[in-house]
Amino acid sequence: MTSMEAYLSQVENQWCPGCPNFGILTALKRALVELELAPHEVCLVSGIGQAAKLPHYMKCNVFNGLHGRPIPAAIGIHLANPELTTIVTSGDGCIYGEGGNHFLHALRRNPDITVLIHDNQIYALTKGQGSPTTRRGERTRLQFDGVQLDPSQMLATAIVHGCTFVARGFAGDLDGLALLIRRAITHRGLSVVDIIQPCITWGTHPVDWYQERAIPIPQDHDPTDRDRAVALALETPDTFPVGVLYETPPRPTFAASYRTRVGAGALARLDRVPRTVLEAYLARFTVNGSRTEKRTKELR
Amino acid sequence: MDRSLFITGAAGEGIQTVGDIVARAFLSHGYATFTTQEYESRIRGGKNSYRLRVSDEPRNAPRHDADVLLALNPDARSHYAPSLRPGGFLLSSKEEGGDLVIPFADLAVRHGGGRIYANAVAAGALCASVGLPLAVLEHTLRETFADKGDEVARANAAAAGAGFARAVERLGDRRPAELPERSERYAFASAHEAIPIAAAAAGCRFISAYPMSPSTGIITAFARHADLGVFAEQAEDEIAAINMAIGASAAGARAMTATSGGGFALMVESLSLAGMIETPIVIVLAQRPGPATGLPTRTAQEDLLFAIHAGHGEFPRAVLAPSDPQDTLCKTIRAFDLADRFQTPVILLTDQFLADAHFSLAWLEMPDEIPGPHLADPNTMSPYQRYARTEDGLSPRLYFGQSEHLVCLDSDEHTAAGHITEDLVSVRPVMVEKRLEKGRRLRREIASPVESAVEDAELILVGWGSTKGAIEEAASSLREGGRKTGTLHFSEVWPLPDFSFRSGTEYVGVEGNATGQFARLLEAEYGVKFERKIVRSDGLPLDAATILKELS
Repeated sequence: MTSMEAYLSQVENQWCPGCPNFGILTALKRALVELELAPHEVCLVSGIGQAAKLPHYMKCNVFNGLHGRPIPAAIGIHLANPELTTIVTSGDGCIYGEGGNHFLHALRRNPDITVLIHDNQIYALTKGQGSPTTRRGERTRLQFDGVQLDPSQMLATAIVHGCTFVARGFAGDLDGLALLIRRAITHRGLSVVDIIQPCITWGTHPVDWYQERAIPIPQDHDPTDRDRAVALALETPDTFPVGVLYETPPRPTFAASYRTRVGAGALARLDRVPRTVLEAYLARFTVNGSRTEKRTKELR
Repeated sequence: MDRSLFITGAAGEGIQTVGDIVARAFLSHGYATFTTQEYESRIRGGKNSYRLRVSDEPRNAPRHDADVLLALNPDARSHYAPSLRPGGFLLSSKEEGGDLVIPFADLAVRHGGGRIYANAVAAGALCASVGLPLAVLEHTLRETFADKGDEVARANAAAAGAGFARAVERLGDRRPAELPERSERYAFASAHEAIPIAAAAAGCRFISAYPMSPSTGIITAFARHADLGVFAEQAEDEIAAINMAIGASAAGARAMTATSGGGFALMVESLSLAGMIETPIVIVLAQRPGPATGLPTRTAQEDLLFAIHAGHGEFPRAVLAPSDPQDTLCKTIRAFDLADRFQTPVILLTDQFLADAHFSLAWLEMPDEIPGPHLADPNTMSPYQRYARTEDGLSPRLYFGQSEHLVCLDSDEHTAAGHITEDLVSVRPVMVEKRLEKGRRLRREIASPVESAVEDAELILVGWGSTKGAIEEAASSLREGGRKTGTLHFSEVWPLPDFSFRSGTEYVGVEGNATGQFARLLEAEYGVKFERKIVRSDGLPLDAATILKELS
């Protein structure tokens, strides 16, 4: 049995007091405890930003890499050791902005990992510039006349690209968020959860403003209804329908055929390729028969 | 014996088919064959050549002049004719000057039954012009087309015979003597062909790469040969490629990527990441001429200083620059070993020449000992700290999920436990010193350069990487001419090992770039002075003739 205490980290937290990131941290821990996963069975992968510091604030394996690059790193980790539950946890600037191309292609690859986007619609660590999800017209510390671009619609993009689990969470709803994260982790294939996380320091609206707009998805929503799911996703940024937008039966996951060949364990535990196989490859280079000269020099 | 044969034509005309068949025919007759390909960055058309250098002893260096020039079209004929040596043979399909006229297409239709057999006609004519017996070519054709059915084999043999006979007729009394069969059998391979096999031997399990000439053949070989056991993923860009590989490495799989200069430029931030989080990674950087897109299908040694200095911040890395397929095989295994032992990136610096040129080697063999992984035993430590301070700077490395020990890797400056820190007093200096100490110890592992015929030398040619063959050929030619010449060759170029340059000897730097990058590096590191630098930067591989001309 795992407990919340097992995930307790001694690392000093650098988030602003009262930051909704604390809610995401608690919900994530709760989901892992409910799934009875121990810290060593979990690998959290993040990029750079305030959200990306989350892995330091709970006990587990941590890959805190470069800005924009947590998804490819997580794909590599998952490929090498699929026994781990690999979860990306980073901000909207990191995943949708700097790493947007990786997000798009992860949707195509469908690795069995979970991607949590802390979507605060602002660049917080760099002190208040517009992010890919900031609304048009909102004034920031860089877009002084208001953002001149429309926000990206990455959840709709995820659905259109065939992602089989697409959800929206709200950092202020611990119970709902823990359940969403649990479902996302359990789902086979890539799971995307965009979590509305109001920024209490640089955000363009107070927490209440988000709270009012984070409305649950209607109970009668059929999560296999792609058109309706896209329509719900596109309601952003006026409202944030919270819940599972889209969920369909899993489709083939990344590296499935390779895994059929080598088994499901960590690649580090595989036996080496037999020397005879490799020597047979080298022998093919010699045209027409065996070599006449023997090796004489010391090989380095 | 030393014959240079150029097969020239447009992309799509089949010069590679002709070249491969003729090369195999010479090899099966016991002759060392060295081939290079020179082609434009396009799919059809243009001016391209497949060059064979046939000799009784291996001469694994390019020649840019031809004893025999075969031109499959008039453009190729006029473009390459200046390369023909006086007294050489020019085989073409049109009456012009002193050409040996071989109507490739006509003979193909008449004897093979279709224009498609023009390549066999060309191969036949080429063999006749060098004295390779027709029976040897016929045997090679049978083997090459064995799986295409009897009719194809017959048609190819008939077409080759017709080309051979026509060339014999045109040569008249200039027909060369028939080459006797030799008993030698050479391994015929490019350096890049050795990389996937060596990587698999070293325990590599993952490659992710974005296609880029001249590196693409490496991931392709892994994908084609599933029994090498390496998962090959085509990434959406080079940044994804290296980050996937670093992730896989952190989770216990030996991992690599391969690219060229432009792609490596995109990887540079992640190179620094690997240095910071102390995660092994092997990067093949196959050079081509720059800047920017440069000459995508040509060769260069222009990225040496870039490879050595790439990455923000200070961290150790090794740069290995092999010279031939056997050296590349050994250096690939060594790259994985050094990366793993020193928990840091290792760059294998190759080029288009090493990707495409095929060498004839007396042997191409796996070293007897292939080092295994250097992972810690999780049972020997508690608690576990990924960046625990040790005397040699090397912390016991575990991978994600290896045991119940938690592994924390952080691109920020980090504590011994792997967590973000801004402790500038008790942590940062320790971590800086830890990384430096690894670099100092890595330096002690670097192989000394290879000196050859230096004892009495008045002149020593200094080179690195793929230009070794050309430099050695030039040195022995100078020595034959009475000039006491030696060579000094580096195939591990960073960090530079301890080495003493001789006083009273003239050192001349020889390399494939415009500014003499390696000579500048040696000047900075060893205080040696290069009065002369011989460089080639036109995109063609450095050859002995270029060196000799500069020194004459």
